[in-house]
Amino acid sequence: MSQPSFDPLYQEIILDHYRQPRHCGLRDAYDAEVHHVNPTCGDEVTLRLQLDGDRLADVSYDCEGCSISQASVSVMTELVIGKSVADAQTVHDAFLALMQSKGQGEPDEAVLEDAVAFSGVSRYPARVKCALLGWMALRDATARAQAGMRETAEIVTTTEGGAAS
Amino acid sequence: MPAFDVETIRKDFPVLERTVAGGKALVYLDNAATSQKPAAVLDAVRDYYERSNANVHRGVHTLGEEATALYEGARDLTASFINAADRSEVVFAKNATEGINLLAYAIGNAAPGSALAVGPGDEILITEMEHHSNIVPWQLLAQRTGATLRWLGLTDDGRLDLSNLDELLNARTKIVSFVHQSNILGTINPVEPIVRRARDVGALVFLDGSQSVPHHAVDVQALGVDALVFTGHKMLAPTGIGILWARRSLLDELPPFLGGGEMISEVTMAASTYAEPPHKFEAGTPPIAEAVGLGAAIRYLTDIGMDAIAEHEAAITSYTLDALRSVPDLRIIGPDTTQARGGSISFAMKGIHPHDVGQLLDTYGVAVRVGHHCARPVCVRFGVPATTRASFALYTTTAEIDALVEGLGHVRTFFGR
Repeated sequence: MSQPSFDPLYQEIILDHYRQPRHCGLRDAYDAEVHHVNPTCGDEVTLRLQLDGDRLADVSYDCEGCSISQASVSVMTELVIGKSVADAQTVHDAFLALMQSKGQGEPDEAVLEDAVAFSGVSRYPARVKCALLGWMALRDATARAQAGMRETAEIVTTTEGGAAS
Repeated sequence: MPAFDVETIRKDFPVLERTVAGGKALVYLDNAATSQKPAAVLDAVRDYYERSNANVHRGVHTLGEEATALYEGARDLTASFINAADRSEVVFAKNATEGINLLAYAIGNAAPGSALAVGPGDEILITEMEHHSNIVPWQLLAQRTGATLRWLGLTDDGRLDLSNLDELLNARTKIVSFVHQSNILGTINPVEPIVRRARDVGALVFLDGSQSVPHHAVDVQALGVDALVFTGHKMLAPTGIGILWARRSLLDELPPFLGGGEMISEVTMAASTYAEPPHKFEAGTPPIAEAVGLGAAIRYLTDIGMDAIAEHEAAITSYTLDALRSVPDLRIIGPDTTQARGGSISFAMKGIHPHDVGQLLDTYGVAVRVGHHCARPVCVRFGVPATTRASFALYTTTAEIDALVEGLGHVRTFFGR
């Protein structure tokens, strides 16, 4: 058996972020911590967010999971750290739309940067939830941080954006 | 009977001829999730719809009588397959999960103070290696009634820890429900010591046979349990049919679960009396075509012989355990021997998530299951987020195991970091 020559799922950018995740590891300073699970495969992420006024000062996370979920959260941190909550939401919305595009999306590279590498993932319904795990956790953490809820939230299952599986 | 020949058997399964992933032969190693279907089953379902389709137990017309005969014939075949003492002990449901829920809800419906009722101070015993379908219904029953849920733990090599059986299975225990063969670990559990202890304390014993009945001969009278659930689609039959076998005396005693047509004796606007088992537990139009398919599957398995199937799958399991030991950084989650273990083998690869293992294997045509296999407590127990699982059937070949191992080599190359 030979190696398949082209795999739209495992793009080089994804493998690079998977092998060398950015901003990885849980850091002590945070305003909200959330724990999300993907019940279909058992992937989990613990994610912390520190706000500085309206700005995402830091996003940290524990580095365990499949390549898609790990690379996705790594790319996400690069995209959103330093951005305002509103700008981060714009990126989030664009990524969610791409993941729901069933392979038909035309991502805006100016908004999504490295995250355009995940276009192929939208063709694999079982993996969309992996790619969205960290993003849904960040959205949850943002809402909690803004509401002043620092303590770890109970397990929240990520279902939005995924196909039935 | 001709000798067991896996290549001859494979010709009976149309799907095994197809290719996937750009022309690669399908290597289907996800049989613990669901089995493939032989032509005999597909033909039986098609014949039923083409010639005899009608509702059962109603019409006096020809088709109604044929459909009823086929449906009830499947009950006879099932009863004989598991050596039930009486055909009325076989209740058809939609799957094994519904069978367990039927037991849990019917017990929950028992009149307070009656022999079957559970309440505060009573205990329900399960194990840490249960499928979620044998955990959650009992959690719900405990919550509804105030009973206490307890569980047997696991040893490091993936066996039930029976060292504190006498403490956990005690005079307060009303129900013990456990899995015959683990879907994630492959472990085949010892039934006899649990039944013996349960008899001493007067507890009911329910067995989840979803992963055992399809793979080796199961005799409910020899096992001595009070109820057994299993499902058609894991034993070559269609989806949508599950089986609850229970001792007739228990079925007589149990209140109904679902109410509706077919399960009644007489209905007035104020109250109803119920049909005799098994119909008391089969409200509404049952899965008729699915039962016909189940009957054909049982005929097919019986013709080959469950002992021959068990022997073949044991050889495949042994071959696979040996082959996986040759893969670096691979840890088998579950018994590492063929002793009291079936053909579901879970493993973890160091530093590579099961989702990625399964995804890359798929590009080589190899179908495995990844995830927590609806047995998350087992993953927690063994400190892994999920596992990759290869599971076998009567049509699995050593060449397919070779393809799995070769694929795992590619996985290590691709994801190594």
